[in-house]
Amino acid sequence: MRWSRSKGSLLPDASAGPPRVEPGGGRLRLLHARTRLVLRSFRNGAAVFLESRIGLLALVIIVLFAVMALSHPVLMGTVWDADIYDPVTGYAFDATEQPAPPSWKHPLGTDPLGRDVLSQLLFSTGSEFVLGITAALVTVAIATTVGAVSAYYGGLVDAFFMRLADLIIALPSISLLIVLSGLFDLSLFYLALVIGVLGGFGGTAIVLKSQALSIKVRPFIDAARMTGGGQFRIIFVHIVPNLLPLSLLYMMFTVTSAIFAEAVLSFLGLLDIRMSWGIMIHTANTGGYLLSGTRYWWLVLPAGASITFLCSAFYLAGRALDEVVNPRLSRRDG
Amino acid sequence: MTGLGLRYSTRQGEVRALRDVSFDLARGEALGLVGESGCGKTSLAKSLMRLLPDNARPAGGEVLLDGEGLLSLPEEEMRRVRWRRISLVFQAAMNSLDPVYRVGQQVLEAIEAHGVEETVASARARVARLFRLVGLDPRVMERYPHELSGGMRQRVVIAMALSCDPDIVIADEPTTALDVIVQDRILRELKAIQGQLGISIIYITHDMAVVAEVTDRVGVMYAGRLVELGETAAVFRSPLHPYTEALMSSFPSVSGEKRRLASLSGEPPDLADPPSGCAFHPRCAYATALCREQSPPRVGRGGQWAECWHPLDPAAVPVDPA
Amino acid sequence: MMPRPGDAAVTHDLPLVEVDGLVKHFPVAGNVFRKPSGFVHAVDGVSFRIGRGESLGLVGESGCGKTTVGKLLVKLLEPTAGSISFCFADASGDEAPSEPVDAATLTGGRLRDFRRQVQLIFQDPYGSMNPRRTIYDTIAEPLAVQRIGNALDRVDRVAEILTLVGLTPASSFLFRYPHELSGGQRQRVAIARALVLEPSLVVADEPTSMLDVSSRTGIMSLMEQLARGLDVAYLYITHDLAVARYMCDRIAVMYMGKIVELAETEELLRHPLHPYTRALLSAVPVPDPEHRRDPPAISGEVAAPVDPPPRCRFYERCPQATSTCESSPHPPLEEKAPGRFAACYEV
Ligand SMILES: Nc1ncnc2c1ncn2[C@@H]1O[C@H](COP(=O)(O)OP(=O)(O)OP(=O)(O)O)[C@@H](O)[C@H]1O
Ligand SMILES: Nc1ncnc2c1ncn2[C@@H]1O[C@H](COP(=O)(O)OP(=O)(O)OP(=O)(O)O)[C@@H](O)[C@H]1O
Ligand code: SF4
Ligand SMILES: [Mg+2]
Ligand SMILES: [Mg+2]
Repeated sequence: MRWSRSKGSLLPDASAGPPRVEPGGGRLRLLHARTRLVLRSFRNGAAVFLESRIGLLALVIIVLFAVMALSHPVLMGTVWDADIYDPVTGYAFDATEQPAPPSWKHPLGTDPLGRDVLSQLLFSTGSEFVLGITAALVTVAIATTVGAVSAYYGGLVDAFFMRLADLIIALPSISLLIVLSGLFDLSLFYLALVIGVLGGFGGTAIVLKSQALSIKVRPFIDAARMTGGGQFRIIFVHIVPNLLPLSLLYMMFTVTSAIFAEAVLSFLGLLDIRMSWGIMIHTANTGGYLLSGTRYWWLVLPAGASITFLCSAFYLAGRALDEVVNPRLSRRDG
Repeated sequence: MTGLGLRYSTRQGEVRALRDVSFDLARGEALGLVGESGCGKTSLAKSLMRLLPDNARPAGGEVLLDGEGLLSLPEEEMRRVRWRRISLVFQAAMNSLDPVYRVGQQVLEAIEAHGVEETVASARARVARLFRLVGLDPRVMERYPHELSGGMRQRVVIAMALSCDPDIVIADEPTTALDVIVQDRILRELKAIQGQLGISIIYITHDMAVVAEVTDRVGVMYAGRLVELGETAAVFRSPLHPYTEALMSSFPSVSGEKRRLASLSGEPPDLADPPSGCAFHPRCAYATALCREQSPPRVGRGGQWAECWHPLDPAAVPVDPA
Repeated sequence: MMPRPGDAAVTHDLPLVEVDGLVKHFPVAGNVFRKPSGFVHAVDGVSFRIGRGESLGLVGESGCGKTTVGKLLVKLLEPTAGSISFCFADASGDEAPSEPVDAATLTGGRLRDFRRQVQLIFQDPYGSMNPRRTIYDTIAEPLAVQRIGNALDRVDRVAEILTLVGLTPASSFLFRYPHELSGGQRQRVAIARALVLEPSLVVADEPTSMLDVSSRTGIMSLMEQLARGLDVAYLYITHDLAVARYMCDRIAVMYMGKIVELAETEELLRHPLHPYTRALLSAVPVPDPEHRRDPPAISGEVAAPVDPPPRCRFYERCPQATSTCESSPHPPLEEKAPGRFAACYEV
């Protein structure tokens, strides 16, 4: 440490004695203070989020689905026999004709191949969460970096990423996904990656870049340059954290679009996935049951409603987060 | 105006922006209102005009204009009073012009909306006259706000405030954002207009030097209360309230001897939870237990009064607030 | 070579900063083909020196180029022409200053060392702090970037400097966010951030203009006190002559990108030489109701300095202008009396 130069130190006693560090406790104290801060800002955010009815509703729905996802392995481990209830390979020997209407043993009936619909529904819920969240994380990681980098450097870098984004937006993403899934065997994970990459380099990147541009010209970025910090530090310590609230918002919207895209592709039978809500509808369709009106409702309604509800829940959660991120009743002073 | 109170309800609870403020204003008089940021100056101006935001709630008091109570007036009547009797130059008003209309048009609209002139031609002539009055070339009427400098825009706004021959103009920080040379010119023009038309002006500002130059009387506000009021010359010569003294001695000057600047310690109080007794006591050099516990009485000398337990001039005697 | 504004107060032979013929032009965006339709001569041939521990005021109307000079000095902007050279005390700590460094040559690691010596305090205490970082992060950042001490040392160091700038008890401020502080408190944090590296020069860009009356004086006396204690030199940018009077040893008056007058503070205020300085001074309101002030003898408004004509910049508004002023180039900044510089043919 060399703080005291020839001109003398700031405080009369700064050079006297070692720095005041409590043995062992100092680092913990620092950590403790930080944790408290994070918790506090989380609490404040949560309060605003829950204050909006929409946020609360969305949260309730999402939690409900999460419980559904978790209940599947539990049920399979306890009350459900794998031979009958496996979502892919099971067969309801007890039913006389397939698809069977709802009964005590099969609350949502069975599908044309004799598999339990409730089991399929619960099993798929987990996959949908994995898919949506992976795609969202990938999108946000890419879009935030691309947005911050192209806003900071401008010029050629910016031009490249923005033209790339234009290209991706101009291509209808569902048809692109159809082509891709025709060329490759897309498993759930790869599908999530592809959706994430497309979203990350596409529209989300443009939105985050324009936000990053407005952050870049704020005086505190000049202040950060004054410390002598490099470009990497300015981008990732100063610009990116200020983008995160908006990123989070777009993360929610990405979940929605990922689940939706999966449903469409599965419905068209283009994915290499064992079971999903889209595949459930696909199965009903290939058996010709979709056209038979409401008679075989249990084949379509549970999956369709789940898609609608989970997609809207994430969308609504995004809207409620918007309130947290841009509170209209701004509590900032001045 | 008597006993005006105002509360804003916010997330943090009630902000008591004005507490029992009373003063009077004579015809043709220039009154200054000074105080730190957030002491309620703008809130006062807005309550006089009844232009309060939704979350504001008047808490008692009355505003009398030639004997007519404004606070109980129906909104329809109030709209007539606004602009024609009292007009307001907003804080940062130069940014309040609509960028897509010519500035002359905007003043013209203000005139037409209040039906002060019979014909369009006479209204235009009036705008030209107003522009000349505030020192602008009437040709400026044809320009857009972004083509004008800050000082010119501020003058347009003043012209707009004068457009319906008001009796009272409230100028909320009319020159804060401007350079000294422009400020000097605008203040001189306002003063000349005031003399010419015999209107009263309330200057709201935190610049003691501006107050000293343009006002006849000055009121000092602290934490939503008027704590001192008197002839400007008398208040500057010998303030009664310690806050007034502190405010004055913290103000640098280019002329005269270079004094040491005294700084006011501490922060302005939280209006959601103002201190007990005299609101100034946590920062006051003369504060005693009495100041902490009980609201100070009003003491005066000549036409000047202050609300303080320990006025700086011991000759000041208690006066009746009424 | 025209004579450069010398300086009586400098104790060493070499001044801390020497600015020579500094020019900064900004292109004015043209309409169709994005070719600049002209240039804003924001700073146009400015020269001055600042001695060690000296405080030089830079005063002028809005838009005259004060902030641009400040940003050029701290290398947030690169000059169009002209040079800036610094001469810092040797890092080893003995009194002999090292060789002058030309600011234009600084890059990479040397730029980082430079940042340690020259700091900036911003005008806007609200915008100049990252809203997502705590006070501790903000003040410790220069230390972290300059790799001084470890995280724990920095906590102590930051607490120390918070105490110094009057934010006590420091522990209650360390982990607050900027929006939880008042304007005055934030500006104190900004001062702490600028001083935590113990720089030799601090450029203060209107540090009090956005503050309330009551906090203004506190910040002014704090800065003055710290300058004396730490031997920091200031370039103090302000548009308020009254503030400059309290903060500066010498004052340079700027008009449309040029320094028009430079002198020791009280001298300049008592006997202004340049007609612009006189106008500026006579426009400052005086907090004394008995005082009667004459209107400033100046007409018109400041024009935008887009490709200005080559004559005296002040010609259009000057009450003393003559035919010499009209036909000659902008007058050079000359020493009219010992230590008094003015750029005017009529002085
Ligand atoms: N719409 C509002 N809602 C809640 N509180 C408000 C509102 N407007 C003002 N306040 C609060 O009321 C108090 C007085 O505000 P006001 O704007 O009147 O102050 P001021 O004296 O004009 O200050 P300044 O000099 O900064 O303009 C402040 O504490 C402010 O925070
Ligand atoms: N990045 C930029 N691009 C183009 N023009 C600029 C830029 N920065 C400043 N200018 C112009 O340069 C001139 C000087 O600006 P500068 O900010 O230095 O003025 P200032 O003296 O600091 O004014 P103020 O008192 O308003 O802060 C102005 O005309 C301004 O419009
Ligand atoms: S040189 Fe001439 S025009 Fe310029 S300031 Fe002096 S007298 Fe005025
Ligand atoms: Mg106000
Ligand atoms: Mg500036």
